[in-house]
Amino acid sequence: MNKIVLGLLLGLVLGALDGLTSLATGSEEVKKEIVTIVIGSSFKGLVAGALAGWFARKVDSVALGVLFGFVVALAFAYAIASMPAVDGKHYYWQIMIPGSIVGAIVGFATQKYGKRSASSAR
Amino acid sequence: MSELSDSALRHLRGALERPETIGERYDVAEELGRGGMGAVFRAYDRELDRDVAIKVLARAELDPRATERLQREARIAARLEHPGIVPVYDVGALDDGRPYYVMKLVAGARLDELIASERASDERIDVFLKLCDAVAYAHARGVVHRDLKPENVRVGAFGEVQVLDFGVAKELGAARAEGREQAVSIASTGSTAHEHAPSSSTPGPSSTPPRSSSLARAQTSAVPATRAGAVVGTPGWMAPEQERGEPDVDARADVYALGRLLHALMGPNPRVPARRLAAIVARATADARDARYPTVEALAADVRRLRAGEAVSAHQESFLERALRVAERHQTAIAIVLAYLALRILFVFYGRS
Repeated sequence: MNKIVLGLLLGLVLGALDGLTSLATGSEEVKKEIVTIVIGSSFKGLVAGALAGWFARKVDSVALGVLFGFVVALAFAYAIASMPAVDGKHYYWQIMIPGSIVGAIVGFATQKYGKRSASSAR
Repeated sequence: MSELSDSALRHLRGALERPETIGERYDVAEELGRGGMGAVFRAYDRELDRDVAIKVLARAELDPRATERLQREARIAARLEHPGIVPVYDVGALDDGRPYYVMKLVAGARLDELIASERASDERIDVFLKLCDAVAYAHARGVVHRDLKPENVRVGAFGEVQVLDFGVAKELGAARAEGREQAVSIASTGSTAHEHAPSSSTPGPSSTPPRSSSLARAQTSAVPATRAGAVVGTPGWMAPEQERGEPDVDARADVYALGRLLHALMGPNPRVPARRLAAIVARATADARDARYPTVEALAADVRRLRAGEAVSAHQESFLERALRVAERHQTAIAIVLAYLALRILFVFYGRS
């Protein structure tokens, strides 16, 4: 599996799981919107994962990969957190911190695993 | 009349042995090392404008059998074309009939110097694996070195590794062809263990006199094959079957020596898992050769697994050891996941409060 596909799948799965944690941490209003939250979180993970996979093909460094995944996911998480939730509140920390750590996990995984394409390996 | 000192005697002997030029091509410079069979000199190759090392048979050893041994040593080394084995460029005979062969002048430190240095464990493992590659290649070509020791391994400035001195090497292929094993040893005529002195074919600035003791006296008359029962090798590095003078020494003797070298290279190293390293060394240096790694490749594969943080075949690990090894190998991933979980739990409590 190449690094982009790996990042994409891992970001999708971890993003969905991250969204599902709202069931445990969110308010009742938030829980009612869980499907939207999971879809949004999955999409965020998918894009951040694909970017982390692309980065891993270009740069061979676990530290930089983790940092890249962290920053990209943080940026996406900020974009989502800046939109008010259904209860009208902003959940900056609850969305941004775990979201960025998920990005770091994907960044790490794409550095350690997955194949580089022939063109980028040259 | 006062007696001459040892160093003065060595100097005189060196001056006597050293040819000024060899043919029209080589200008001979200083002696780099000396063994039981001959000496190695630095020389300048006029035709190709480069420095080389030349091994010349000692005057005292000049006889048809010793000549044949030196020539066979050159032929074996020349057959082993591998980046990790010193290449032979030329062979010939001096005007006085002594045979010589010309080889690459190897720069770099001897392995014992590297052992004593502050090199990192990763570099040491790299060196060891390159050494394994060269020895495995020789085995694949039917040659067992039989005298692997730090003095016979050079490590260059860029980590390149070269194996020297096939003076007591054994040709397994020839033995098979003849239906019996024939040791080709070549080097040691005479006094020192085949003493192909470490430096005898260890050209290089830091060559030192041989340290091997002379176990090969017994083979002085072995031509060209080592006489059955002759002991060939260097104490401390040679396998038990070599010490016993068993005639059917095979590639596992080199596995034994490599195990000893691995132990010397890694020593007590806090960055290397001691138990697994010790298990690898123990298996490689088992007294019974059937208990050793069957091939150098198998030994190298275990060392690669050790470096990668994987389970090694030499050690049956417990569940706890396995868990710790996996945790150590994936510590970054585990740290990130734990951080994530910790934060999630924190937010759960934060949300409830």
